[in-house]
Amino acid sequence: MSDLKDVILEYVQEEYLEDDDDIEVTYDTPLISGGIVDSFSMVSLKRFLETRYNIQIPDSKATPQAFDTVNNIIKLMKEFGIE
Amino acid sequence: MAFSEAHRNIFQTELNGLKEQGLFKEERIICAPQSSEIEVSFPFGAEEKRVINMCANNYLGLSSHPDVVEAARKGLDHRGYGMSSVRFICGTQDIHKQLEQKLTEFLGTEDTILFPSCMDANCGVFEAVLTDQDVMIADRLVHASIVDGMRLAKAQQDTYKHSDMEHLEKKLELHQDKRLKVIITDGNFSMDGDLAKLDKIVELAEKYNALVFMDDSHASGFIGKTGRGTHEHCNVIGKVDIITTTLGKALGGASGGCVSGRRELVEMCRQKARPYLFSNTIAPVVVEGALAVLDLISRSTERRDKLEKNTEFWRKGLTEGGLIIKEGETPIVPVMLFNAKLAQDFAKDLYEMGIYAIGFFFPVVPKGQARIRTQLSAAHDMHHLEKALDAFLKVGKKHNILHKTKQEIIDMYGQ
Repeated sequence: MSDLKDVILEYVQEEYLEDDDDIEVTYDTPLISGGIVDSFSMVSLKRFLETRYNIQIPDSKATPQAFDTVNNIIKLMKEFGIE
Repeated sequence: MAFSEAHRNIFQTELNGLKEQGLFKEERIICAPQSSEIEVSFPFGAEEKRVINMCANNYLGLSSHPDVVEAARKGLDHRGYGMSSVRFICGTQDIHKQLEQKLTEFLGTEDTILFPSCMDANCGVFEAVLTDQDVMIADRLVHASIVDGMRLAKAQQDTYKHSDMEHLEKKLELHQDKRLKVIITDGNFSMDGDLAKLDKIVELAEKYNALVFMDDSHASGFIGKTGRGTHEHCNVIGKVDIITTTLGKALGGASGGCVSGRRELVEMCRQKARPYLFSNTIAPVVVEGALAVLDLISRSTERRDKLEKNTEFWRKGLTEGGLIIKEGETPIVPVMLFNAKLAQDFAKDLYEMGIYAIGFFFPVVPKGQARIRTQLSAAHDMHHLEKALDAFLKVGKKHNILHKTKQEIIDMYGQ
């Protein structure tokens, strides 16, 4: 199974970057505060994680801070036993 | 005094911050009716200067048309200045109902409800129609008023990449379980001047049992063979479930907007849309002016045809002259400069030469995509456009960007 970090990074790149974007996204790139992911579009990332890992992330935990970098998302996923 | 120096300083610091970041907006003072040539005082108090206006939403040149002004005057005489009421208490006159009916006929829908503005229509419609069992799937470049309207609604929010139909289809698959799925798009995207792939959107909506919402503010009156809008251009009249549009651009340019579409959805807005319920009715003078506009453009396509010719001339002239524009066919023509300072300097030089156009840069457009957005009008005559084109090319030459690629401009000026 792919490494969780890479699964998330790949999803972010495919979902949020346009073909002509020359932005490099790393594990620490600010996604929401950096303007790559807007608050609406965050929903699809949440839904992707919930479906793929069969979990429910409550809205109280799905904050812009928790989703701001791939590394932050990894920390959040640990709370659900996903590593 | 409650508003102390300390209070004042909080806001002054924030305002100073906007100035430092180059985000502080200043109004140009127009000392004439809206038209292709206007008198401008900028900065405020400076001597008035006569300039060619290349940045108004006055697409059909009807903002100061004598028939429209005369109709507005008639409205003032016959139905008064204001109604001092919201619509459902004592603010609905016969002319409000006539205008709703005329808009329904013009847009080819089932029913229409007027709002004080299209911003209000967009802010009210989603909350009125949708619940938490539904999902709104919006193009990522929709207008800010739609974003605000989505924020006010309880339905789940999602987005798809700009005009990317494969991505939209993925999202429709993802949200199959929702009671209602609403695809949300602009008709003509205001910053890039490109049209939504509305025929494809309607096809996907039919495949996935979704509804279609379109804000056609930058299209109503001139896109499509008879100016009905993007749905006419894409041959899907009657298949868009909700259309919002404005009376504040091509359709007279005063104010007001509407939600037009399926009868039941319009009725939901009449019952529940907060900007409709809690905001004053549109003034009679504006209603009569808008009725005259619809009458004018239903009788003849002369003005939208002239606009189309102006657009062709302008797009061809800029491209052949060596400037980079966003390709398309609409009268919104962005001249791409990529660098924010270059866009500001370019606009300043144009103004010196008697051409009024504005530079747009982050956060209004994405970083690295600074531009001057030009907008054509049926009020422009060929001599206006020739003079404007000459100025654009001279300023382009001054900044050494003619016949340069995007990369070459970025290498010279940065992103």
